[in-house]
Amino acid sequence: MVTAVTSLGRSGLYDWLMQRISAVVLLAYFLLIAWVLLAGVDYASWKALYSQTWMRIFSLMALLSLGVHAWVGIWGVLTDYFTERLMGQTGNVLRFVLQMLCGLTMFTYLVWGIQILWGY
Amino acid sequence: MLQVSLYRYNPETDQEPWMQDVDVDTGGKDLMVLDVLELIKAKDTTLAFRRSCREGVCGSDGLNMNGKNGLACVTPMSETVKNNKLVIRPLPGLPVVRDLVVDMSMFYAQYEKVQPYLQNNAPAPAIERLQSPEEREKLDGLYECILCACCSSSCPSFWWNPDRFIGPAGLLQSYRFLADSRDTATEERLDKLDDPFSVFRCHGIQNCVNVCPKGLNPTRAIGHIRNMLLSRAI
Repeated sequence: MVTAVTSLGRSGLYDWLMQRISAVVLLAYFLLIAWVLLAGVDYASWKALYSQTWMRIFSLMALLSLGVHAWVGIWGVLTDYFTERLMGQTGNVLRFVLQMLCGLTMFTYLVWGIQILWGY
Repeated sequence: MLQVSLYRYNPETDQEPWMQDVDVDTGGKDLMVLDVLELIKAKDTTLAFRRSCREGVCGSDGLNMNGKNGLACVTPMSETVKNNKLVIRPLPGLPVVRDLVVDMSMFYAQYEKVQPYLQNNAPAPAIERLQSPEEREKLDGLYECILCACCSSSCPSFWWNPDRFIGPAGLLQSYRFLADSRDTATEERLDKLDDPFSVFRCHGIQNCVNVCPKGLNPTRAIGHIRNMLLSRAI
């Protein structure tokens, strides 16, 4: 059993499931956005769409899913290429710093996104 | 004349690995790659490679031929040679001992982790532990693995984490015992696999399926393991 304290849920199964679920949410959200855009959109209808509660909930859900999905995905990439086996202790430090940067970015997006969704 | 490019490395005399170009007279026949290597070795005895049964049973001569892993003894030239050129390298991702011989310790260490033997603490019955034909059928496509390491050494997840990811070969064997009706250690086996690396480093790219010389499907076995982990946890 290999443990990893920086993985999202400390369980491979949990991370895998969360990544799958978040992928479905993101796919649904971006299909909706694509459909709205292709149907033709102007400022008024765009604002009307985002003033509805269900759209704000759906957007927040997509934003949270993006954070989860990115954490699991980036963690997977970083634990492939920035490891103690390949780079010594530097790998561990670098991996942790990059993972924290990813977390900070996603947290910023989340707060900023909430601000946009409920601020206008 | 077949143009062969060989990976050569002798740690006692070479600073670093190098590629040796050799022209081989195949006599117009569609030889197996192992035969080509034997022809080369007859002239240059310093070339090192593993081989034993020469019929795809022992799994000794797993090599990278023109970029694809496979058993040299059952890979005909017609299947791998492009533009009369054949590039032969050792299996990727494993440390090279010499020329085409790799150190398989990491591969075996992962195999050992899955405890590839039947575990059953119930008292042994007077006769064999019986299986129905249906139960036995579940082991088809799993037990045939010959541990040649073609799959695991073609897997990027195994290249980067050979110490933590069990790899397709090990996981295929893991599922072989998880699926066995006579094995009673299913829960303990699953407990050991439920971490972010052992199973879940597999991203399903199916390089393993693409190269397996026995036509097995480790990706499907890994999917079954994942489903077993999921259905007991959900």
